[in-house]
Amino acid sequence: MRSLSEIDTISKRASRAKGFSWGVCEEIGKSVKYLELFGLPGLKNLNQYLKIYDQNKFQQIKLISKSNISENKYHCPISSGIGFLDQIKSLEKLKSLEFNKIAYPILFLPFASRASEILGKKILVKIDEKEFILNFNQSIFGNYSKNEIWENANSVFINFLDNNNSFNEVEWKEMTKFANETFVEESDELKEKSAGAGLTDND
Amino acid sequence: MEVQLRSPKEIMKLSRLGCFHQSKLSFLRSFLEEFKDWKYSRDLFELNKEGFGRAVYSFSKNNRTYSLVCFANELKDNERSDRVIATKWDAAFALHDGVPNKQDIDRLYKNVPKQEVGRLSYKELTLSRANRSVRLFNEVVESLSNGRQPNKKILSKVGYLYRTTAVYGSGKFGLADRFRVKNRPEIKGPFRLEMMLVYLVRQFTFDQINHISKNKNPKKFVELDSEIAKGLGIGNSTGLGMAPFIVNHPTLLNNWVLARETILKKIRELENVDKDQFNIFFTCLKKSIKNVENWNTDSDFQKKKIKELFKDLEKTIKYLETINVNQKFLFNEIYKWAENQVCNECLEYLVSIFMEPFDGIVNEFKDKMSSDEDKYFTIPTERKTSELRDILEKNYSDILKLDFSKKENNHNFWFISKNKEEPRLGNRFELNGSELEQPLAISRDIKKLYERVIVTKNSLSIAEFLIENNDLRHAVRRAFIIEKFPYSEILDNTIGQQLMPIDMLRFKLSFFGAIKFDPRSDKWLRICMFQGAPLPNQLNNFDDKWVYETLN
Repeated sequence: MRSLSEIDTISKRASRAKGFSWGVCEEIGKSVKYLELFGLPGLKNLNQYLKIYDQNKFQQIKLISKSNISENKYHCPISSGIGFLDQIKSLEKLKSLEFNKIAYPILFLPFASRASEILGKKILVKIDEKEFILNFNQSIFGNYSKNEIWENANSVFINFLDNNNSFNEVEWKEMTKFANETFVEESDELKEKSAGAGLTDND
Repeated sequence: MEVQLRSPKEIMKLSRLGCFHQSKLSFLRSFLEEFKDWKYSRDLFELNKEGFGRAVYSFSKNNRTYSLVCFANELKDNERSDRVIATKWDAAFALHDGVPNKQDIDRLYKNVPKQEVGRLSYKELTLSRANRSVRLFNEVVESLSNGRQPNKKILSKVGYLYRTTAVYGSGKFGLADRFRVKNRPEIKGPFRLEMMLVYLVRQFTFDQINHISKNKNPKKFVELDSEIAKGLGIGNSTGLGMAPFIVNHPTLLNNWVLARETILKKIRELENVDKDQFNIFFTCLKKSIKNVENWNTDSDFQKKKIKELFKDLEKTIKYLETINVNQKFLFNEIYKWAENQVCNECLEYLVSIFMEPFDGIVNEFKDKMSSDEDKYFTIPTERKTSELRDILEKNYSDILKLDFSKKENNHNFWFISKNKEEPRLGNRFELNGSELEQPLAISRDIKKLYERVIVTKNSLSIAEFLIENNDLRHAVRRAFIIEKFPYSEILDNTIGQQLMPIDMLRFKLSFFGAIKFDPRSDKWLRICMFQGAPLPNQLNNFDDKWVYETLN
């Protein structure tokens, strides 16, 4: 088994060989490492992406906007990912955004995952019919578990999720009731003898 | 009285880093402190008469066990090389996480002796190999098998029976990634597992030499005296592989130096120093002179440094003999005197020995020397280019003065060799391959970044700046790291003609706790580790200033 450190290093070096700048290669290495850590096929997809990188001429993107449409070519997952990560503070205000086409969309995910950590918000990424919830770069939860090369996605929809609870107030109250059973009923005597401060503190 | 931390612009110069010495903070000393109450055992020792075979040593406590698996191999003299390009060694080692079963040992037997071309698993933590110091090894065998203890003078001149030529960890060749073990309290400090491997290898060398000597002449044989064994360490040959590490791990570099500098500041700020504390310092200093006297090298560069150190140490001792030890801020006075009176080699030597009496100050820093580097990786792209410019001007002012259009400032390039995947350094005007340069020319790239930043609109965000300047993304990242971690950067030119790469190696090795730096060229050196250290069966009761008690 290859270690994550080896995966990081090989991804960085392989990307450098294709002409990415060192700083970008560092980002790629880290991203593929995260994908593999989260159980997604990062190295496999990067390998295929690098193989056709010279011929394919992906659509590079600089400023990311609400709607990122490319007429012909598929967006480059690396430049889209790095742009998304770098511009995340301004993109958050858009609440949601979309790309019509992204090549090797798995490679876009770790950048969005790191963006989730920066924002302190979960991010929902819908790639074609697959959904991924990015949890502050601690995990990626989704309905996709194939160990395969995913060449192209025709639509990528990104939604910044508000920090809401997954439960309602009634459920919270019911849990509170259970939790209260660990407390001692408070009598006058307990109040007087066991509380830290005095009964009046008007001194 | 508040003493300021020494400026990174003074300390982070290569020539200064190349004057650092072992100290109480050194990882091998911290390792012994951490593991002194662990149970040591030799679990397997299956060597043939010639000393070839396998052995297992372990440290265990509660439910945790670390086991060193050793393989000793037959090696012809013409196959023995300390260079990284070697493919065979006298012995090879892996530190296994837990107790290895037979399948584990068999698996390791197929892989560990191959080193870089073998594969390890997440169950292994560190990997290494070592070669005998042949002449000394044979002499000791000769003595012991004839019923004599070896000549101490000859032993102390070399200082070890084996030299390791690389120690790998943190995910290399399939070894366990750091994240798997980083929360274990006993290895919170850096390089604990590498130090454990080297320490147990040292014991293996003693056991092996006793075994060979005994088999050579069972009737006359005597065991190597434990006091003599204690005076022997493990050698290490280190080349350029170590140099990029300190460039590639900026927050770690910071934490090592910051710990040392903060301790120095705290010691200088002590208003009242006990006479006993001064005496501990002074005694260690005087005893350490023997280490300097016994510091052998053929390197003219190092000989000159040792000569100056020796001269200045004598001068310091004379000064300390007459100093008023009751004066306030005693160590600050000594430091200020030394700053003006002795060379940097001696000044940094004194800084190291200052720590000896002050467990209370030093110990809290031992666990603060690691770094969760991923935490500081992301560039704060919402910041402005004006802020980036300020950071560059504040932290890299000397670097910004360098002119990289001059050949002498742009002389070298760092690259990775294809056959061994090891870092090398070459003259860019003479050798091929500079187009494949590694990103270790930080000063040049920082200067390039500054030249772009000063012609960029101040209000531009870093995110916007990076759109057109992603080729310098690595330099932008470093600039924001140095803002928070002032000792994170070598503030010197790592590609200049005057570069002495061994300064980088020595700096790192001093934090390991190495002594007797012996440069064999400007690109590699030999050192000694654990010389004078307690043997495993002495760990429950030892003097933590053992480093000043050698064979001498």
